[in-house]
Amino acid sequence: MSEVLHEVRVVVNGVPASARVEARRLLSDFLRHDLGLTGTHVGCEHGVCGACTVLLDGAPVRACLTLAVAVDGHELTTIEGLAASDGTLHPIQRAFQDHHGLQCGFCTPGFVLTAAGFLADEPSPDTEAIREAMSGNLCRCTGYAGILAAVAQASEELAASGADPRARHRPERGEAGEGPR
Amino acid sequence: MKPPPFAYHAPTDLDEAVALLGALGDGAKVLAGGQSLVPLLNMRLVAPSALVDIGRVDGLDTVAVESGSVRFGARVTHERLRRDGAVAAAQPLLGRALDHVAHAVIRNRGTSVGSIVHADPAAELPAVLALLDGALEVVGPSGPRRVGARELVLGPLESDVRAGEIAVAARVPVAPPRTGSAFVELARRHGDYAIAGVGVVVTLDADRRPVSARAACIGVGTATEVLDLAPALDGVTVQDPDAVGLGAVVEAVRDFVRPDADVHASAEYRRHLAGVLAGRAVRAALADAIARMEEGR
Repeated sequence: MSEVLHEVRVVVNGVPASARVEARRLLSDFLRHDLGLTGTHVGCEHGVCGACTVLLDGAPVRACLTLAVAVDGHELTTIEGLAASDGTLHPIQRAFQDHHGLQCGFCTPGFVLTAAGFLADEPSPDTEAIREAMSGNLCRCTGYAGILAAVAQASEELAASGADPRARHRPERGEAGEGPR
Repeated sequence: MKPPPFAYHAPTDLDEAVALLGALGDGAKVLAGGQSLVPLLNMRLVAPSALVDIGRVDGLDTVAVESGSVRFGARVTHERLRRDGAVAAAQPLLGRALDHVAHAVIRNRGTSVGSIVHADPAAELPAVLALLDGALEVVGPSGPRRVGARELVLGPLESDVRAGEIAVAARVPVAPPRTGSAFVELARRHGDYAIAGVGVVVTLDADRRPVSARAACIGVGTATEVLDLAPALDGVTVQDPDAVGLGAVVEAVRDFVRPDADVHASAEYRRHLAGVLAGRAVRAALADAIARMEEGR
């Protein structure tokens, strides 16, 4: 039986994109296989690990628990949508680097997007709120202390700059070049 | 870990959705937020022939406090309901229970009506609906039907929403005057399914004596059964909620529950825990009732 294909049109990281996919195509696989955006990682595929977290219309959701057909016409932000176009890291990404909040990096995109959605909602969280907000994501190598410290640093920086944590980073003059080394 | 094939329909009109479900037959399932259904699809524990996605159906995304009740539509997410100020003022138990539902990222997409229909015996919302004596509004081929919360759950993961029917909204009464509520639970990690949880609603008279008190417990085998706690609080006058003796409450709840053992906890531990949590929940609900009385509510 050949499956019916559905046209799915989305705006990903500000850019329109579309593909024809089966109804059963998960959003995580749609991003990775159909749109080539492999920064969204697929871990458990039942909503437990958080690695596939992306922003759907600005709010974090599990891409593995969302059908691609269900987001036709909506806007998405993935990990590819945060660093500046010259490669300068987004304040959340840089904070993860500063605090050793990643080791193998598999869980990192999900943590970063969870943090972006959370900080947009709660710009000046206390430690307990950060812990609660990050508690739905699993990391199996670096541990959580660095991750929590990274989110705390990013919250201060983003609150000071007033930038929307979900938007692509726009570096201040002089900051460029401090990106991936 | 990928869903099996299914046909997909995304109607925008309720009548069209009901007609589609009818035409597609018993193999069709309704998809709302998908936070329970999609994991089941991914693990291939279910294989519907078709999904009718109600995520685009007009009129199902409303929250209203009207004529003595809070009504929330089938597209309303947990997180939206949890943050609704009018809902929090009218029926605080909803938000208190929703604080325990999954993690924020899941609450952003999962729907409260969907959780009620899914009828997981460890889920908070079916118990809250029963505790508040709420109801589900369903629409099927023969028109609309109301299903009372206490008749809704037929068994674990089985609710009385029949083939061809769509749950369109749930409704719970607003909190009466001098009423307090609480929902407490213990989970291994916040957001996980609870090892046990207890919701309590208490109404006091003007002299601070309980006139009604009810509890519902999750994760301990009683699902949407409601325990009358009034006998256990008979003769109590609440001056200081911390000073109220709760031995009879704890005992009543331990007699009421029918826990099973699993990898997380023995049945004996769950029974003990349900009693402890019930004591805490009653104390918190009494304090809440008094706080509301002092605010003139």
